[in-house]
Amino acid sequence: MIEVVTPGPYATVQDLGRPGHAHLGVPRSGAADAPSLRLANRLVGNAEGLAGIELTFGGARLRFLDGAWAALAGAPLAGTGMGAPFWVPPGGELRLGAPLWGLRTYLAVRGGIAVEAVLGSRSTDSLSGLGPEPLRAGTLLPVGPPEGVISVDLAPLPGPRPAVLRVLPGPRPAVLRVLPGPRDDWFVPEAMAELCGRAYTVTQDSNRVGVRLRGPRLERAKEGELPSEGMVAGAVQVPPSGQPIVFLADHPPTGGYPVIGVVRGADLPVLAQLRPGEEVRFTTRRDP
Amino acid sequence: MIRTAGEHALLVETGSLELSHRVDAALRARRPEGVAEIVPGPETVLVVAPGADQAGLRARLEEVTRRERDQVVAGAGEDHPLVTIPVVYDGADLDSVAELAGIPAGEVVARHTGRELVVGWLGFAPGFAYLTGLDPVLETPRLDTPRTSVPAGSVAVAGPYSAVYPAASPGGWRLIGRTAVRVWDVAGDPPSLFRPGMRVRFEAA
Repeated sequence: MIEVVTPGPYATVQDLGRPGHAHLGVPRSGAADAPSLRLANRLVGNAEGLAGIELTFGGARLRFLDGAWAALAGAPLAGTGMGAPFWVPPGGELRLGAPLWGLRTYLAVRGGIAVEAVLGSRSTDSLSGLGPEPLRAGTLLPVGPPEGVISVDLAPLPGPRPAVLRVLPGPRPAVLRVLPGPRDDWFVPEAMAELCGRAYTVTQDSNRVGVRLRGPRLERAKEGELPSEGMVAGAVQVPPSGQPIVFLADHPPTGGYPVIGVVRGADLPVLAQLRPGEEVRFTTRRDP
Repeated sequence: MIRTAGEHALLVETGSLELSHRVDAALRARRPEGVAEIVPGPETVLVVAPGADQAGLRARLEEVTRRERDQVVAGAGEDHPLVTIPVVYDGADLDSVAELAGIPAGEVVARHTGRELVVGWLGFAPGFAYLTGLDPVLETPRLDTPRTSVPAGSVAVAGPYSAVYPAASPGGWRLIGRTAVRVWDVAGDPPSLFRPGMRVRFEAA
């Protein structure tokens, strides 16, 4: 059992989400930066899809009532080892600081966080409220039984491993590769060049549902309302303000604003790690 | 026309809810390999298939859409299940709906129960179904200020749609009644009573 002493700014339990229910109005949800959750799980010998804790801006204090192996991945926290498993003794308290860069850090515990699953997933869906409540002071999180053997003990980072493990951010401003469509024809012909021309700034209104951006306004060519249609993660949806919103894990399954393009899946973790105030660029090139 | 929605999804344009439901049903009955989500909308069906052969999937979707469109043109009926929802018509907005429609409250009930509706699509919240085919006389705008909490089971109208709130949530639709039928149960399989294409009849309890 893990007791949440303090959750930090915002923390939830996340696994890889509840796919397959979009036609019933259920968002996929799951870790916003899924590769980091998968890595944290691998580091403690878990199956990649077990539930861990997604911390936003770090800052949590967690008391391990029983000892457990744990690992952190994603946004690197100051003063904490990233990318390698560590043992937290029974009664030990894990004090997690703020990220050096990035937004979301994943804590995996050997055996996984074993809260009750809803529709096959332990993820908190911030949009619909499915799954466990966001963590609060006093929340008790059960840990599942360990399975299998720990086969990885170091994160597979490229290049020579430095004495002090450092995880570096990608290029800044971040670059997101976008595939035009499905509704790029609802915009003026210059809109895609506009989207890719100058940087956008991530606004404070961003969350697990979507990243709201401020920057060049995207002009519509078609007036009127688009009938509601299915949406995918990474969709760059443009409301009448002309300021794009890029959908993350908890995005609504259907939406009514036209989507000018969709961010490539490999770049969704980059998007999920952007902080409010940071800049981001789009490109339609396959290899930026 | 089939549009690209990122690397892993295709958006089939059907142009009509009826064809959306047919394509949805056909794909669910024989799900192409790799398809994770099939999401019908009023004029589209989104098919999400991470890792699938996109060209092969596109060809399959074109074939299914063409076949189902021929069925629509031929006027072939689709045999969707019917569900009946008993309603106590005592909603907080029943009188305002009647006033906007220019009819007595009793006629609102008669018109709401007098037609078979069809589940168009689900969205907004888990289990929240947009029921189409509402009597046009009952079309009313949403409340100017949405309620902060609408109880689960509230039966409401807004624009050309009716709905049953699956769970307590904020909402701006006009409440005309309530039902004891649980339209959403996360422990159920399936969790939603309503599925796209299903026929719905309300009756005064």
